[in-house]
Amino acid sequence: MTARTIVVAALTLLVAAGPLLAPARAQDKSVFIPLLVYRTGPYAPNGIPSANGFNDYFNLVNERDGGVNGVKIAWEECETQYDTKQGVECYERLKAKSPVLVNPFSTGITYQLIPKAPQDKVVIHSAGYGMTASADGRWFPWVFNVPMTYWSQASAFVKYVGQQEGGLEKLKGKKIVHVFHNSPYGKEANPTLEELAKKYGFELTLLAVDHPGQEQKSTWLQVRRINPSWIYISGWGVMNQVAVKEAAAIGFAMDHVVGNWWTGTESDVVPAGEGAKGYKSMTFHAPGHGFKVHQDILKYVYEKGKGATKKEAVGEVLYNRTLINAMLDVEAIRTAMTKFGNKPMTGEQVRWGMENLNVTEKRLDELGMKGMTRPLKVTCENHEGNGLALVQQWDGKQWKIVSDWIEPMRDVVRPKLEEAAVVEGKKLSYEMRDCAKEK
Amino acid sequence: MIYREAGQFKTTYASDQAIFPIVQDRVVVALGVLAVFVLPTRFANEYWLQAILIPFLIYALAALGLNLLTGYAGQLSLGTGGFMAVGAYAAFKLSTAFPSLSIVIVFLLSGLIAALVGVVFGIPSLRIKGFYLAVATLAAQFFLIWLFNKVAWFVNYAPSGTITAPSRTVLGVTVTGPTASAAARYVLALVFVAVFALIAKNLVRGRIGRSWMAIRDRDIAAEIIGVRPLRTKLLAFAISSFYCGIAGAELVFLYLGSAETLAFDIGLSFLVLFMVIIGGLGSVLGSFLGAAFIVLVPIFLTNAPHVMGLSLPVAFQKQLELMVFGGLIIFFLIVEPHGLARLWQITKEKLRLWPFPH
Amino acid sequence: MIDVLQHVVVGPFRDIGSNPAFFGEVVIGGILAGMLYSLVALGFVLIFKASGVFNFAQGVMVLFAALTLVGLLERGLPVAAAFVVTAAVMIALAFVIERVVLRPLVNQEHIILFMATIGLNFFLEGFGEMLWGANVKKLDVGIPDRSFMMAGMQVNQLELSAGVIAAVIVAILAVFFQKTRIGRALRAVADDHEAALSIGIPLKTIWVVVWSVAGLVAIVAGVMWGAKSGVQFSLSLIALKALPVLILGGFESVAGAILGGLIIGVGEKIGEVYWGPLVGGAIENWFAYVLALAFLLVRPQGLFGEKIIERV
Repeated sequence: MTARTIVVAALTLLVAAGPLLAPARAQDKSVFIPLLVYRTGPYAPNGIPSANGFNDYFNLVNERDGGVNGVKIAWEECETQYDTKQGVECYERLKAKSPVLVNPFSTGITYQLIPKAPQDKVVIHSAGYGMTASADGRWFPWVFNVPMTYWSQASAFVKYVGQQEGGLEKLKGKKIVHVFHNSPYGKEANPTLEELAKKYGFELTLLAVDHPGQEQKSTWLQVRRINPSWIYISGWGVMNQVAVKEAAAIGFAMDHVVGNWWTGTESDVVPAGEGAKGYKSMTFHAPGHGFKVHQDILKYVYEKGKGATKKEAVGEVLYNRTLINAMLDVEAIRTAMTKFGNKPMTGEQVRWGMENLNVTEKRLDELGMKGMTRPLKVTCENHEGNGLALVQQWDGKQWKIVSDWIEPMRDVVRPKLEEAAVVEGKKLSYEMRDCAKEK
Repeated sequence: MIYREAGQFKTTYASDQAIFPIVQDRVVVALGVLAVFVLPTRFANEYWLQAILIPFLIYALAALGLNLLTGYAGQLSLGTGGFMAVGAYAAFKLSTAFPSLSIVIVFLLSGLIAALVGVVFGIPSLRIKGFYLAVATLAAQFFLIWLFNKVAWFVNYAPSGTITAPSRTVLGVTVTGPTASAAARYVLALVFVAVFALIAKNLVRGRIGRSWMAIRDRDIAAEIIGVRPLRTKLLAFAISSFYCGIAGAELVFLYLGSAETLAFDIGLSFLVLFMVIIGGLGSVLGSFLGAAFIVLVPIFLTNAPHVMGLSLPVAFQKQLELMVFGGLIIFFLIVEPHGLARLWQITKEKLRLWPFPH
Repeated sequence: MIDVLQHVVVGPFRDIGSNPAFFGEVVIGGILAGMLYSLVALGFVLIFKASGVFNFAQGVMVLFAALTLVGLLERGLPVAAAFVVTAAVMIALAFVIERVVLRPLVNQEHIILFMATIGLNFFLEGFGEMLWGANVKKLDVGIPDRSFMMAGMQVNQLELSAGVIAAVIVAILAVFFQKTRIGRALRAVADDHEAALSIGIPLKTIWVVVWSVAGLVAIVAGVMWGAKSGVQFSLSLIALKALPVLILGGFESVAGAILGGLIIGVGEKIGEVYWGPLVGGAIENWFAYVLALAFLLVRPQGLFGEKIIERV
């Protein structure tokens, strides 16, 4: 009994003492970027390639270029399991290292961090996710959704359907079903689709799938009854695999099923096997490992044994996405340096850099990303930039691009977005800033 | 020896009935309360307050609420997350609809609304018992989350579908919203926990608490001696949900700052239940110990490798953490199946005698 | 008011009447989904029946079994060998659990044993992932996930096979419980621990046997659900879908788990497809509990639970 008591006491003490020890500060000659990753838990299949992309790109910049203009990038991973509460813990822990920019890589965690950003002076870069309204930079100076928001994406989807049907006017009377994850994230596309349904006269049905989405029988029974021309899916995690599989199982034409860009990765289609052939999804970059940046990564990172994953996993959809995400982060820091000098930047300086980001075709070529994504320009008003969307298709072995670059219907989305920004901004008691004065 | 009670005579009923009948206890508790109010606000850094102490206090309040229902009244509930969501959404609606209303009153009113909802879902407890009762509370859990997710009115038609804590002050200090300091939020959470722990302690020692325990131990026998099951059970649901409701409001207003319904999903209900069981069913102190165990151990395990200078891959570390955490739960249960509160009691008994064997 | 009533009460039934073939499809879909729920619920029932433990870790056991099976297949083991090895692993797991978790906690209250299985749950979550990784793995059991038409109704092959397999397992279990020596011992233990011990039934063996059988059922559940979504961490969450089934069917009854599964499956599909759209959909999850609640209000002991006779 005594031995047990001692063990218990020792354990209790250890537990109590653990968090006392504060993490060490980052090096002086570097900028620190915390990485909130999820390599375990239900969302790990998406989290692993995403985390690897960030690691490899930052490593590449440090190894090939010796950092950004001589300033190294420091980063540290923290495991969130895609859970908001663990995300907050991670953020608070890594905040001690004075980060300049954070990529939450989870819409839920982004919502948590948005109110904190102005206080902590940390830029939030939610690349292709997060709160759509925050793309209005006049209300949300610290938040960036470069290269695109959910709403723009949904409008690009409708445009693509229009192209396939032979013109947007042909959409009249067509049936489109949106199968979405029943959460704020999943519902993001609904207002845009509803607006466009009114405008172009297609019949829209919204079918919610409750979290986690393992059982979708009734949803797909309803799809079968409606018998739509097109299906748009906003899913995440296990919901994706099951949705793709169910769509194939009811015998729906897979090339008329389009996922949003979080519903179109390798792991989403692999379990469905042959059935997934023809399935499409939106994206904002090309898949594959055929770009110069990949060769550089293999050469400078993997040959030195510093790679984050297997060589075969370089070029997966989410891996490429975070390469671009990381590239935008780094370019924002570089842009900031043009104004503030080649030294470690502060959060405020990086915020300026992000807001004045202008990645040109030439710059993309230098970065080895020509053709992988599009030139991008961010302004004070417009924090989503001028990104364009693509549609990719699964051919049974890999994703292939099957469309041209699609311009979202900015004339429809932007006014709605500005309205939403007023509501969301006021919720946080923000004031709208005047962008004319910033220049 | 140190903990000597010889010479302390109880000469009145009041002193016999005191919560802390021994002088040393009173001194320690008084000092302890003073310390938890003063020390962290002075010395703890933001990480400590924001990531450890504030969630600990909020979970402790929720665990306290569930312990009243499950530990004292014997009604198993898996709807804690749902009731906390009621509190959170009610607080959001109230504070945005009546911006001048004090946030303390907002919290209390949200607790009352949660209590009402708790009573409604408690009605089946009159007929269904034990594990089967879980179905009523699970129905509450899933239905409430669905409702808040579905009806845009609850989020004031916000396009993002999330609720955000507005800035509010208490006695001139900003305690909620993004500009509130962690220390201010900590103190507010602490005041709530301290007051409601005291109320809970007195509640369970009094007529209500005894009637709950009578129902828990043998409901038919209790009924025969004049405890009315309807009133007693529903009161337990109401008070428990009141506590959970306030904890839910605090979760958004003092801790997360902004939340969607996923923050209140079934996982939260289970988490609070774990705290109550690990801490000790039917113990006020146990609720705190359980919350401490569930909040602190994973954070310790996350930080331990850093402290030891090991740099493990995060995934491996998390997996290890889960394994050790699971192992610890089993270990503590084997050492003391009646929860950490009992462990503490045993330690106290030993301290009384120490250093003498008898 | 009348309008709303008309909409809620009459509308859906008219809808059902107007397209009976589709209604049949919904019912069949519900039955098959229900069988899949039952498969998961069965694991809970087995353990609860013999040891009074509500095994929170059952979901993770399903995941662990599926991960092990797929992991072995990926390493090139033939299918039959992989099944045998996985079965061996699950039985070994049962031995370890009995020795490390259950034996030291013998004679403790149910809620304590429940908590211990929560510890087990965390442990297996970490252990399974550490062994086999967190990626989605494709599980191909050789049954194509395709649909065929039957009397104007679309039926999914994979789900149909799952239903048949579930039925076979239930039949085997029924025989096992009723006819074999161990089965009788199991029922004796379920009725009264101490009486069973006093007539010489070895409690430890019984526990190892039920946990092993629950582990084997977990393999089947893992294969069936894994074939639908790929083998991944989320498999452990299907335990949630089994909860209403379990509560409705009664914790101690194999037949209850099956019938409960069917009622929940059919009920929630009909509810979602015909009444869901009236309130915006995704009502399945809570509808299942409300359905179970409605049944329980009439029969508080569950469908097959024994009548509760209370004495003072």
